[in-house]
Amino acid sequence: MSFPWAKNYEPKQPLMKWLDEKLPLPRLVYNAIGAGYPVPRNLNYFWNFGVLAGAALVIQIVTGIVLAMHYAANAGVAFNSVEHIMRDVNAGWFIRYAHMNGASMFFIVVYLHIFRGLYYGSYKAPREMVWLLGVVIFLLMMATAFMGYVLPWGQMSFWGAQVITGFFSAIPVVGEPIRVWLLGGFAPDNAALNRFFSLHYLLPFVIAGVIILHIWALHIPGSSNPTGIEVKDEQDTVPFHPYYTAKDGVGVGVFLLLFVALTFFSPNLLGHPDNYIAANPLSTPAHIVPEWYFWPFYAILRAFTFNFLWIDAKLWGVIAMFAAIALLFFLPWLDSSPVKSSNYRPLNRKFFWVLVVDVLILGYCGKSPAEQPYVILSQLAAAYYFAHFLIILPIISRIERPAPMPNSITEAVLAKHADDASAATA
Amino acid sequence: MVRPLGFLVGLGFIAALLCAILTTPLTNEPNASHEFHKHPKHLKLASDGMFPHWDKAQLQRGLQVYKEVCSACHSLHLVAFRDIQDLGYTEGQVKTFAKGFQVPSVNPDTGEPATRDGLPSDYFPGPYANEVAARAANNNALPPDLSLITKAREGGKDYVYSLLTGFQNPPANLPKELRPGPGLHYNPYFANLNLAMAPPLTKGQVTFADGSPNTVEAMAKDVTAFLVWTAEPKLVKRVQVGWAAFLFLLIFTTLTYLSYRNIWADKKH
Repeated sequence: MSFPWAKNYEPKQPLMKWLDEKLPLPRLVYNAIGAGYPVPRNLNYFWNFGVLAGAALVIQIVTGIVLAMHYAANAGVAFNSVEHIMRDVNAGWFIRYAHMNGASMFFIVVYLHIFRGLYYGSYKAPREMVWLLGVVIFLLMMATAFMGYVLPWGQMSFWGAQVITGFFSAIPVVGEPIRVWLLGGFAPDNAALNRFFSLHYLLPFVIAGVIILHIWALHIPGSSNPTGIEVKDEQDTVPFHPYYTAKDGVGVGVFLLLFVALTFFSPNLLGHPDNYIAANPLSTPAHIVPEWYFWPFYAILRAFTFNFLWIDAKLWGVIAMFAAIALLFFLPWLDSSPVKSSNYRPLNRKFFWVLVVDVLILGYCGKSPAEQPYVILSQLAAAYYFAHFLIILPIISRIERPAPMPNSITEAVLAKHADDASAATA
Repeated sequence: MVRPLGFLVGLGFIAALLCAILTTPLTNEPNASHEFHKHPKHLKLASDGMFPHWDKAQLQRGLQVYKEVCSACHSLHLVAFRDIQDLGYTEGQVKTFAKGFQVPSVNPDTGEPATRDGLPSDYFPGPYANEVAARAANNNALPPDLSLITKAREGGKDYVYSLLTGFQNPPANLPKELRPGPGLHYNPYFANLNLAMAPPLTKGQVTFADGSPNTVEAMAKDVTAFLVWTAEPKLVKRVQVGWAAFLFLLIFTTLTYLSYRNIWADKKH
């Protein structure tokens, strides 16, 4: 850890001393999330979402391992094996609903985590690597979630797999052979289901590995904070434990309350009824819709309906959809403003909220059928999405005049309390 | 380099989208069936809401409707006879009920295909040997399995109930191309307006032992309640466990919040 005032781990008990000499695991924990990690004192609740995403991953891995004990990855029996879990396995309905809604909770938390990073400029130097690894995690999550949705082998599983693997066939010349190679057949079938199951079990552990790198990279500069001003001395910080373990505890409690409400009271709210129909390659659903967390990207995919510059509209859609995520890798260099927090960036703050609304519109369009007015709405919203990151953000980061900033985190905190106090006496 | 390149890439996507906007017609192809398609009627059941329970008498009546009416064409392959103990039957009654069905078996002496009396561990046998037989008997339509039907349709139980009670004569202003063809029946709750299933229920068709009303609405309601149970036999338990978990977490979160306040009491933040 970088701060000179970070406390060193000093084991007192003989057992811990012995352990620290052989394998300094307690030292690692102490420096990562213990009293040996100084953290800015002014973090708000938006800084809870990293821990919550970690909690969501753990829940997914635990419930997923139990599900895999009862699930059969075979196109002939997969659908019924899920219903066997729902009906005959002890508490199987709970494990399955928790896993199904856990995916949604994971994405809710990660989207809030990403938007926190966008608003407070967490992607900027010196934390570019934290951001880049975060985008890698996001991509891995999307791949994992997609393959997981295929496993129950319902109608949406099958047709979702058909559509998403169809992206590859948009690549000129080699596209179709690549698609057949990836699926192990001409359409999703047993070979595809088996490999998706294998990868769906593997990728969460890859995600866990990248999360370790993500946290490691974070611990080198230390956490950012709502002012965006870097830590200057010890009084700007508090030790992670007990201060932020306590605050994260509150976040975990609220997260679990929402999770439980969704899982037990409305477990199919975010699902699609067609996935309770067994996969049928001969019957196409009226509307093929992905899971809600893919809606914005699905809207971007479908927004491209014109063979612009002799490139097929479908290929444009696929390129744009991947570009919509890939451009996040370049964000630290697209936004050149030295000010991190949008609290002090009046212009960026306005456009940030426009982006939030824009992504919500894209999501709504992705859910809706490919009819007017959703088509034109998704085209306009997709255009804004690219304009925001590739044109507007680089320009405003040049021309914007930042608001006056405090000199330090502590000064900002004390000024806030002085304001509160004067407001109370007035 | 990143910014100028990004600028060009951004312009490229926007130009492609502008062309797409200019070339996409702003009007949808007219779809007349939209205007005749009705939203399902709301059906209130004991298993609804935040404090659900099973109305076992109703589920038993629903099972009777399924057995005497629906099972002529529709299978229920995810439900075993043992499961209906949940509906308030004793083990003995379940055994007797299962015995009333013949299930596929093998002759132990010759190995020839045979049938035997059902056991509680058997699943409800379907009415047809396979999909070809089902289509052959139903004007090429395939009657869907009903085990999950209330979860597998938009509108759920409301849709199932509305469909069962929604058969009617086509309205006079219905365009010719939307009128039911041979072997089809008009039902505004069905997305295509015309379906192959004939109106399955008629007044007084099933006689209930408890003397409950047997109008079309009453029977449709009972069988829908039964199909809510077949789709999710653990529904009531799920909500009950949910309350226990929710209340536990409410206390947990309150205590965590109080300890958070306590720990931060001396720190301005």
